[in-house]
Amino acid sequence: MKNLALLAALLAPVPALADINPADWDAVTAEAEGQTVFWNAWGGSTTTNDFIAWVGQRVMEDYGVTLEHVKLTDTADAVTRVLSEKQAGEDDDGAVDMIWINGANFAAMKEADLLFGPYAEQLPNWAFVDVDGKTVQTDFTVPTEGFESPWAMAQVVFIHDTADIPAPLADMNAILEWSAANPGRFTYPQPPDFLGTTFLKQALVDLMDDPSALATPATDANYDAVTEPLWTFLDALTPTLWRAGRAYPATGPAQLQLIADGEVDLAVSFSPGEATAAIANNQLPDTVRTFVLEKGTIGNASFVAIPYNSGSKAGAMVVANFLMSPEAQARAQDPNILGYGTVLDMDALSADDRALFDALELGIATLSPAELGTVQAEPHPSWMTRIADDWMNRYGVAQ
Amino acid sequence: MPHRLHMAGDTGWLGHIRSRRFLLLLPALTLLAMLGPVFAGLWGTLLPAFGHLPAAGQIGPSLDPFRDLVAWPGLPRAMLLSVTTGLLATSISLAIVMLVTAGWSGTRAFRVLERLLSPLLSVPHAAAAFGLAFLIAPSGWLSRVMSPGLTGWERPPDWLIVQDNWGLTMTAGLIVKEVPFLLLITLAALGQADARRSVTVAQALGYGRVTGWLKTVFPRVYAQIRPPVYVVLAYAMSVVDVAVILGPNTPPPLSVQIVKWMSDPDLAMRLEGAAGALVQLALVVGALVFWRLGEWVIARLGRRWIASGARGRFDPLVARLALLSGAACALAVLLGLGVLAIWSFAGFWGFPDALPDQFTWRNWMRFGPGTQDAMAETALIAIVAASVALVLTIGCLEAEHRYGLTFSRRAVWLLYLPLLIPQTAFLPGLQTLMLNIGADAGRLPVILAHLVFVLPYVFLSLADPYRAWDTRMGTIAAALRASPNGVLWRIRLPMLLRPILTALAVGLAVSVGQYLATLLIGGGRVATLTTEAVALASGGDRRAIAVYGLMQTGAALVPFALALLIPALVWRNRQGLRHG
Repeated sequence: MKNLALLAALLAPVPALADINPADWDAVTAEAEGQTVFWNAWGGSTTTNDFIAWVGQRVMEDYGVTLEHVKLTDTADAVTRVLSEKQAGEDDDGAVDMIWINGANFAAMKEADLLFGPYAEQLPNWAFVDVDGKTVQTDFTVPTEGFESPWAMAQVVFIHDTADIPAPLADMNAILEWSAANPGRFTYPQPPDFLGTTFLKQALVDLMDDPSALATPATDANYDAVTEPLWTFLDALTPTLWRAGRAYPATGPAQLQLIADGEVDLAVSFSPGEATAAIANNQLPDTVRTFVLEKGTIGNASFVAIPYNSGSKAGAMVVANFLMSPEAQARAQDPNILGYGTVLDMDALSADDRALFDALELGIATLSPAELGTVQAEPHPSWMTRIADDWMNRYGVAQ
Repeated sequence: MPHRLHMAGDTGWLGHIRSRRFLLLLPALTLLAMLGPVFAGLWGTLLPAFGHLPAAGQIGPSLDPFRDLVAWPGLPRAMLLSVTTGLLATSISLAIVMLVTAGWSGTRAFRVLERLLSPLLSVPHAAAAFGLAFLIAPSGWLSRVMSPGLTGWERPPDWLIVQDNWGLTMTAGLIVKEVPFLLLITLAALGQADARRSVTVAQALGYGRVTGWLKTVFPRVYAQIRPPVYVVLAYAMSVVDVAVILGPNTPPPLSVQIVKWMSDPDLAMRLEGAAGALVQLALVVGALVFWRLGEWVIARLGRRWIASGARGRFDPLVARLALLSGAACALAVLLGLGVLAIWSFAGFWGFPDALPDQFTWRNWMRFGPGTQDAMAETALIAIVAASVALVLTIGCLEAEHRYGLTFSRRAVWLLYLPLLIPQTAFLPGLQTLMLNIGADAGRLPVILAHLVFVLPYVFLSLADPYRAWDTRMGTIAAALRASPNGVLWRIRLPMLLRPILTALAVGLAVSVGQYLATLLIGGGRVATLTTEAVALASGGDRRAIAVYGLMQTGAALVPFALALLIPALVWRNRQGLRHG
């Protein structure tokens, strides 16, 4: 096997310059050996950072690939970086080899031809991916077409301290009522933070009788009417928020600190296992639990994409493939490590691999797949962009 | 005898030629290292500000970016915040430092305060800001210590202290950091001001300590520390990291908003960001002009005050208040660091417990290994950048001294450009330039980018003490047949050991604290303690922030400790040089 890979590497014509063929996996692994992959991923969650460090160890052991985690505060930084490289004519060895991406950032990069691919569906571990049961081939309604590979499933849950909120709240109006009765005890991350805008989308989806209008791009004709319930809701909610809405936490994990500090009792999360992992890391009290809304909550997948000008595409594909391996997926799903949902189809796995997942305890604050209920679709990215802009003009400059 | 003298003159003359060539080269090299990137970057800002950014499909010129900027509802507030925090932070910290020095220099209390404050200079702004936030937030440590016993709070009150809309907490965060900076600069200047004798004379004439100092020493000291004061003003107006941690975000100060626009995936937003950057530049220039006018007014009032002969009735009260403020600054940073230390060892720590449920090594085990690589990178970049800056600076100043190259004195404002222009205005342009000339993102370009910021700070820290050196020493040495280089190496540099080490330490601290330059020019591939800490900051994990903040503090602490320690050790037998 190793000799074959070597042979393939020797035979491959000018491998450094020609883009490698993702379907020729032996050639990919051969070229990947010794490469360094700069993975630009949001660095705001220490549990995720630890997981990425572990991935780095494993791909070094198995493939000789060095993984460097470039910790971003905002994924848009990496997008900007690739854009300015293209502008400057740096087409062969850009600074970014792989990006943790989804939604508007993916749509923007795909549209501007900044991505390498299609590669995702040629990776060996794609065979295990639950293509039918999970939204891994569309990203916020935009078809991925193999330009990004999934590595985690996410779904909105609400984290609540049972010491203060004993029972789950049924819907957004119940949250509003509770917040009005308990002023200053709820907040959400400040848009355009992705979790903050996710809360806004979740609120809109839950407030609409029929969210189907959100599946297609927002238009000037329908935008005002469709989003009207959201602004009514927020106008009522904002004065009851923590600090009366004059300040917001910067990110999702910052809300966890607020719960631990006793400043708020309720927080939104995009990871069903986050609360359990945070309890294990002493970031949350063990009285914390999670719930979903009665009508269900928004879910999506996290992807990785490879910029067109990466100089380590083979290495990046090796990492992307490893992320979809049963080993990495089971570790990511372990609530004591990360608590991310898997993208794999349990029925496609061997008995041994399935046992990895079966052995996982859910964790005290994690809902079972059945309890997570209906997964609602992400609106088209154009909604998120416009709603975030409007939010900033309405509430982001409050005096 | 005449023959020997002639020979000595010959070798001296040859050496003179060689060093003359080298020295003449240095000012040009310095200007290039400092201003080349700035002008290139500025060009990259000016064009998009006036609507020209072909990469985003925009061909100018047009005023649309400014129209978009004015249409942003947060603009007036963001501009106001930038001006008020800058002016308040600068004037308050300057007042504290001047009054403390006036009332207490030479006393035991002053030496204690000096020892407390000086090392605090090394605490990076971000770490100090985190410490302050952990301390004074409604759920912060002060509140925890007093709850529920004194306050009756079972839950933290819903008060907007950190991130208040007026930016007062942010101003406080800047003050606690600028007071040590200005104090160290003042101490370096005091040695040249002959303060003790002036105050003695004033006191003999019946003036109070503070009044006597202000009337006789202050004008001389201020003339020397003026550049750093301007730097503080420009910095406080355009700071990003402190503003992100302590400042308001509905809307944020202008500099933070510019960073947001500049990093928007929609390239068209860069036009608005570039326009905002020009507005920020105008604000800073305007504030500096305002400050200069204020100096003029104060000088006129001061002369009248001096002529009035008032001896200073309230001196003891003023002095005590100043000492109290100075001590409060020191205490805020020290306690903040203490709270960081507690968090770095904390297990679960809920409100209102004064201490965590349990102490654990777990946080250090988790985050410690990650800090080591970043520490090595930080140290390497800082040491190279600061050393290069120091050599260039001394070369420039020596060339000015020997050959009357007063070019840099007349054009001293050139030094300020990298400090006056918001980094966000020229760094993206700089990034494009480096890519264009084929300089790959990596350590070397980052060092060069750091040099842009490190050089002016080192120069500004060193220039005035260097120029204020008594040249009669050199004349005496020359009369004793010392060559110009001999005077430099054997007389001038040793006498200026303290300001030189201070300048080096400032350069190191500036490099350690660089965020945007490291992130943008390093293409994210160069991970220093600061980039790692700021990335973590958005996640709000206090344990991780505490570990990185303490490591960051450590990285900058050592040079400043040495800057104080080495002169004291080297000159332990030279009383008169200790303040030099």
